[in-house]
Amino acid sequence: MKGLPPVLITAIVLVAGFALCAMQFPNIASTRVVGNLLTDNAFLGIVATGMTFVIISGGIDLSVGSVIGFTTVFVALAIERWGMPPLVAFVAILALSAAFGAAMGAVIHVFDLPPFIVTLAGMFLARGASFLLSTESVPITAPVYSTVSDFALRVPGGGRLTAVAIIMLTIVIGGALLLQLTRFGANVYALGGSRATASLMGVAVGRMTVKIYMLSSLLAGIAGIVFSFYTSAGYSLSAVGVELDSIAAVVIGGTLLTGGQGSVIGTFLGVLIQGMIQTYINFDGTLSSWWTKIATGVLLFAFIALQQGLVALARRPVAKRAGAVS
Amino acid sequence: MENSPDSAASLLEARGISKSFGAVRALQQVDFTLRAGEIHALLGENGAGKSTLIKVITGVFPRDAGIVRLGGEEVAPRSAKAALQAGIATVYQEVNLLPNLSVAQNLFLDRQPMRFGMVREGEMRRRAKALLADFGLDIDVSAPLGNYSVAIQHVTAIARAVDLSARVLILDEPTASLDRHEVEILFRIMRQLAKRGIGIVFVSHFLDQVYEISDRITVLRNGRLVGERETASLLRLELIRMMLGRELAETTSARAATREHQAREVCASFESYGKSGYVAPFNLELRHGEVVGLAGLLGSGRTETARLVFGAERADRGQARVEGAPVRLHSPRDGVRHGFGYCPEERKTDGIVAELTVRENIVLALQAKRGLHRPLSRREQDEIASRYVKMLDIRPPDPERPVGLLSGGNQQKVLLARWLATSPRLLVLDEPTRGIDVGAHAEIIRLIRELCDDGLALLVISSELDEIVTYSDRVVVLRDRAHVEELAGEAIDVGNILAAIAVDSVAVALEAHT
Repeated sequence: MKGLPPVLITAIVLVAGFALCAMQFPNIASTRVVGNLLTDNAFLGIVATGMTFVIISGGIDLSVGSVIGFTTVFVALAIERWGMPPLVAFVAILALSAAFGAAMGAVIHVFDLPPFIVTLAGMFLARGASFLLSTESVPITAPVYSTVSDFALRVPGGGRLTAVAIIMLTIVIGGALLLQLTRFGANVYALGGSRATASLMGVAVGRMTVKIYMLSSLLAGIAGIVFSFYTSAGYSLSAVGVELDSIAAVVIGGTLLTGGQGSVIGTFLGVLIQGMIQTYINFDGTLSSWWTKIATGVLLFAFIALQQGLVALARRPVAKRAGAVS
Repeated sequence: MENSPDSAASLLEARGISKSFGAVRALQQVDFTLRAGEIHALLGENGAGKSTLIKVITGVFPRDAGIVRLGGEEVAPRSAKAALQAGIATVYQEVNLLPNLSVAQNLFLDRQPMRFGMVREGEMRRRAKALLADFGLDIDVSAPLGNYSVAIQHVTAIARAVDLSARVLILDEPTASLDRHEVEILFRIMRQLAKRGIGIVFVSHFLDQVYEISDRITVLRNGRLVGERETASLLRLELIRMMLGRELAETTSARAATREHQAREVCASFESYGKSGYVAPFNLELRHGEVVGLAGLLGSGRTETARLVFGAERADRGQARVEGAPVRLHSPRDGVRHGFGYCPEERKTDGIVAELTVRENIVLALQAKRGLHRPLSRREQDEIASRYVKMLDIRPPDPERPVGLLSGGNQQKVLLARWLATSPRLLVLDEPTRGIDVGAHAEIIRLIRELCDDGLALLVISSELDEIVTYSDRVVVLRDRAHVEELAGEAIDVGNILAAIAVDSVAVALEAHT
């Protein structure tokens, strides 16, 4: 009655786009390419999952790219310079990033500030802090890194499902379950519907806000670790602009920027679409990689226009009603 | 007070409730008693204090004085949520639920059935279905609430409130956006709940519905309790008198000596003017030097008529003429261009700009009329402001004072000055004496008469019938969004107006619904 749900449209765009790519370059339709696509975009998939929660709750988190950057630098230094065992370094950075997110959530709630401003401050803070630690790229040579990087499940057709891809898929599935099946997930939607009403209905709005930003930063921390596996280095300029890529993935995945509606699965599809465009450009070989951004921009615009259309459609019968009743 | 409250049966008792907002006394020593299992209508015109009373009882506003007892025990909720926990649930006209969540989630938000940390979706839907079945609803509870009509959203809100073990259910204008069939569903549910012993407060301005559903009626006027009666023994005329007028004997003599009845020039006329679903087509002539009063209950179409006349609302039929020439009134700009002025009822939200000074507020409309290209010089502004401050006796006589710091009566005068500065030919005043203390009342009324003697045409809306009687040359009575009677000269008195409002409104309402 309301036409196609946005997620389905995203899925159709992905499948149609993939079919077009495969028609031009038949090699794209192989498990090898798909496996690489998942590996290359693992960190984006993880951070975008967290962003989905934040945006559905009616907020935004601009700090995630910087948190990834900080994480890679912190992990590299902790392992290579400070002599921490990798596992301890991971636990430490995850605790740190979760605390960072919780602090941003608390500030947003207690001082009733726009999330945009608070997380913008968080973005500068985290990026600045990572420069403070080190301005140059720090290579990581710990044996665990080569072990993890080499680990992969063989898939028929020559594809490899790498460790980071598995981590990402696990987080996407876990995030989807958390959002759809738990009280926490229902409250995230409630907050996005209306904070005031949710509060009237008994949702602990403050605690929820803290938890949501904590989750987002925690996932950004995990994405940072994954990113460091992917590059085997820590660099304070890594993942600049990833917050925008992940917002794009969330919106392309059918989540309303105003909050209240959306899904993790949609976001995952949005990540795949961005990855697909990147893959196509790599196959073509003659196109500048910046075409990825242009294509993403066009898609983003199309999806926002589509959402507005859907919202207008959903409102129309209501407006009619109100007019008819005197 | 004829009914001494029977405290054994009373469920919710409010005693001596007072509440002021700044200088405005919204509630003064109001008592209210709700018994278990009754449907109790709370009535009054706009500004009578119904909403304030509800908000004080449910803790949205802190109260200045008085106590509230629920089941004999004193309660003092500090928020709507606390009131809900205490057992007092309110369902507002604007449904306070989340349209983006499913019906089932809305019913069970934050108290979903759980297993292993997961919401038992199936169980929740089953319970939601069972709960709504009690209310005669059989709908897909997994669909978003926003997909359903306002009536179903209302029922969902009520179901949630009742399921949260509410003992008192307050319904604030629940029927305003429902059609007849939906109203019947709601009423059936209300009766069921009352039978279960829940006390229901029903706020509405539809008197037919009040008579249909309520056991008892409490009437407020100007923040005071007028009385509590049993519905069955209260005549409609008597009820309207409670809501609108003071005692007849007081007011009939208040009418000023009838002024000479001479043929005056027509300033603006409206033929079969109206808008479907808004106000039925009406004929109205406004003459220079004449005050026309609009009388009727809240929602009868008074404000709607005023907005059509000014152009704030666009008519879809009929012809408007100014000084005999046909004109188009499609926007407030059109109204201003033809020399109309409009002082709306909601002074605070639609009228004055509280942060700006008296001078700035006064020149606002004049500047808008001249356009931005021809700014008024500061000297002109000062001249205009001081002229009107003197003429209307605005106090304190300081044009540079922010309007928000003035009393209600003086704010009203600033608003009047704003329109007078544009030298209008017709001024529409919606409830000019609302929220103003008694002394300022008389002054505003004197001003209205003076303006009129200067040749201005005035259209005045008021719920205070004795006031309307005092200053009007003609009175148009409205009922159910139609002009039903025009009184002139000797015929203008409170009794005649009340009779015109009350007469067979049941029959009219029934007709309208079929």
